[in-house]
Amino acid sequence: MARMKLVLVGNGMAGMRTLEELLKAAPGMYDITVFGDEPHPNYNRIMLSPVLAGEQTVEQSVLNSREWYATNGITLHTGKRVAKIDRKNRYVETDDGMRAEYDRLLLATGSKPFILPVPGADLEGVIGFRDIADVDRMIQASSQYKHAVVIGGGLLGLEAANGLKLRGMDVSVVHIGDWLLERQLDEPAARLLQQNLEAKGLKFLLRKQTAELLPCRSELARDQDARIAGKPAPTGRVGAVRFKDGETIPADLVVMAVGIRPNTELAESAGLHCNRGLVVNDTMQTITDARIYAVGECVSHRGIAYGLVAPLFEQAKVAANHLAEHGVARYQGSMTSTKLKVTGIDLFSAGNFMGDSSTESLVFSDAAAGTYKKLVLKDNKLVGACIYGDTIDGTWYFDMLREGTDIAQFRKTILFGQHHLGDSGHGPAERVAALPDSAEICGCNGVCKGTIVAAIRDLKLFTLDEVKAHTKASASCGSCTGLVEAVLAHTVGGNYSAAPSKKPLCKCTEHSHDEVIAAIKDQGLKTMDAVFEALEWSTPDGCASCRPAVNYYLLARWPAEYQDDAQSRFTNERAHGNIQKDGSFSVVPRMWGGLTNPKELRAIADVAEKYKVPEVKVTGGQRIDLFGVKKTDLPAMWKDLSDAGFVSGHAYGKALRTVKTCVGAKWCRFGTQDSTGLGVKLEQLTWGSWMPHKYKLAVSGCPRNCAEATIKDFGVVCVDSGYELHVGGNGGIKVRVTDLLTKVETEEQVMEYTGAFAQLYREEAHYLERTAPWVERVGLAHIKAKVVDDAAGRAELYERFKFGQQFAQIDPWKERAEGAEAHEFQPIRISA
Amino acid sequence: MNDWIAITHLDDIPRQGARVVELSHDDAVNRIALFRTAADEIYAVRDKCPHRGGPLSEGIVHGGQVTCPLHSWKIDLVTGEAVLPDKGCARTYATKVEDGQVFLKLA
Repeated sequence: MARMKLVLVGNGMAGMRTLEELLKAAPGMYDITVFGDEPHPNYNRIMLSPVLAGEQTVEQSVLNSREWYATNGITLHTGKRVAKIDRKNRYVETDDGMRAEYDRLLLATGSKPFILPVPGADLEGVIGFRDIADVDRMIQASSQYKHAVVIGGGLLGLEAANGLKLRGMDVSVVHIGDWLLERQLDEPAARLLQQNLEAKGLKFLLRKQTAELLPCRSELARDQDARIAGKPAPTGRVGAVRFKDGETIPADLVVMAVGIRPNTELAESAGLHCNRGLVVNDTMQTITDARIYAVGECVSHRGIAYGLVAPLFEQAKVAANHLAEHGVARYQGSMTSTKLKVTGIDLFSAGNFMGDSSTESLVFSDAAAGTYKKLVLKDNKLVGACIYGDTIDGTWYFDMLREGTDIAQFRKTILFGQHHLGDSGHGPAERVAALPDSAEICGCNGVCKGTIVAAIRDLKLFTLDEVKAHTKASASCGSCTGLVEAVLAHTVGGNYSAAPSKKPLCKCTEHSHDEVIAAIKDQGLKTMDAVFEALEWSTPDGCASCRPAVNYYLLARWPAEYQDDAQSRFTNERAHGNIQKDGSFSVVPRMWGGLTNPKELRAIADVAEKYKVPEVKVTGGQRIDLFGVKKTDLPAMWKDLSDAGFVSGHAYGKALRTVKTCVGAKWCRFGTQDSTGLGVKLEQLTWGSWMPHKYKLAVSGCPRNCAEATIKDFGVVCVDSGYELHVGGNGGIKVRVTDLLTKVETEEQVMEYTGAFAQLYREEAHYLERTAPWVERVGLAHIKAKVVDDAAGRAELYERFKFGQQFAQIDPWKERAEGAEAHEFQPIRISA
Repeated sequence: MNDWIAITHLDDIPRQGARVVELSHDDAVNRIALFRTAADEIYAVRDKCPHRGGPLSEGIVHGGQVTCPLHSWKIDLVTGEAVLPDKGCARTYATKVEDGQVFLKLA
């Protein structure tokens, strides 16, 4: 069967991104032809500002070289303007008569700078700031002329002004508004920005309206000479700008940066419906012709035309999904954030940063240090942010804004940034821009800043996922994700850093964790296949990310019915041991509440000797760890341990790990309650339960807190009058002290709250989300409402927990010692 | 060494899972991971990830790939190649299934 023909009109970032996504999703499905009216292959338009400023070269900004097109079998026509689409006969035609037929057509014609309709706008030396040709004209002008006027004090205008100033021109920025960047900044932040730019030598004329562009006098004279010589008269070069108030300033170059307009001439001429952009639906198809797709700045989606890269890339992904006939993706609009690409100036804004009568604002301002932060809140959720000077926390704020995080718990410190919450993994001194290239960003994989920056530049990376894949930075524990995002934002401009507005569970699906959890519950999905089918998974049997997650969600929701799928579990939970770097396993027998006795210790010693265990260690959770056990020895070893009365310690699982205890009232002169005895009871209640992530308990006998209960997922601190219950602590990647949930009086109450909190976490948290980030994401108020305030709800949660435990408290070691899953542990031995 | 060696029965390899085959000849032991995909295809790959030597037989099998349990490299079961952008290759061996019997060829 002949391949289908796909034609792309517009050789820019949005269109080419779509093709890249398409080649990944369905290689070889189409014969592809690309038309671009610029003479270049696809380049990074966002890098025009650094190119103008002399900080990068045009070559560095090329994203897809001509070789790339050739390697991928794409026919590229540069310098060709498509003038006509014949929808009936399905071909496009260039203005010099070249035709290309299509089965599907992708329009990505981008936008054009808006040129003010004032007299003189057609003079020579009056340009927009849109493509390489504009940059060339500006660079050329800067070598011949002195006075530049930039009309428009938005992002693009300021970047143009900065570049022209660095090229040695005398630059004035004319702006009609009361302050610069009024779409990105509020007035105080804009004043700081203006001061900084003035210090760099730029001049600003605010509240000025351009009336007319006047030709240069000497040019007028030259015009007359030309006329006398009988040549066609040039229109003349611009010489000055006159404002409505009568003031006139000299101008040898005028850059119009007052906005962009979607470039829809071609679409309109073909009868495609346009309304401030080519109108598309959620699948990026034009609403007029289902064979024609459109992406990028030429598009109007739900009434919005986007001009930033992140949304365009989201659109590209959706369009590619449908061109590949997967048919599952939808584009539902984007939330955007912006950054100015002027070296030495950092600003960040997102959402409703101006605020209104229904919002509150938190403001931090230090004019001398050049720092300004404003966070706009509504119902303790972030709805807008405007930051100037120190933008390191911009991505953090943006994440919370998108996720709708309840910030009540850290409202007092939120202005001071994420590090104030205790990012002890890396210390406070993270000024990414100031960090040397040798600074280690990812401690797990040993990735330095220089390596990440080089990879982003050389491999043209745009997203966190790509940086992860290529450099391994933030690919392990994830604690440096914010830092890596900051490096990404700093290296390529903030436009790139914005992730999709919704985070899919993995690459196999468009659905988020919450949507999968809800579908399993609401649609009664009880098998993995049912989930994949109902939610239209794009892969036949998932991947190593989604399978364990979905397996857990099914198990947590349907404990009595769901058949656990061993092949969807990480090896640790299949082999019931902890895999070590050499492929051997470690074995941790359960010791209730950390209590043991001579008989148990003797049994452990015997086992260690019998199986020649190379190393024995006491763990942080008060257990004994036997290291270096061969997988083939596991079942026999478990039999010996099982005979001595031990069950699995689950030290390998996303499960209840240990209940750590201190000595308590039985021996300790400070002890207020029997913390050890309570610890044993809690461990007997909770052992065996599968969790979204590992889960640790502790019981301390008095507020001296020797069991470190306030950095556990669930911690009990005994006091004379009862028991304080603390939740959401973590002693790992990021140390987080627990929040106080409530105080109760009896051990029975402790048991009920323990089960209820664990069950809420099991039902609502995302797979691989510890309680600490979960509590921060949903807010302590939500948890209190369900576990503390609602007594009936708490009792139900506790019942559901106990119900599930019937099926979970079956010792996996004993089962396997008795022969279950024998194939897992026995290699097939062949003598050849 | 060019002969097909009978290894095991198809049903003795878990679907979406693997068995380890320890082939000893002379003094050397060669560990090969024998994979069975969801579609019941059988692939044999040396049980050593090209990255840090992790046991691929312990990985999660999805589509025609396995994810190494140590650092999550993905290895293509057909070619043994690491999935880009990771670079590396694990040796593969020819397999066939006849009447439910799985065979392996070493060279």
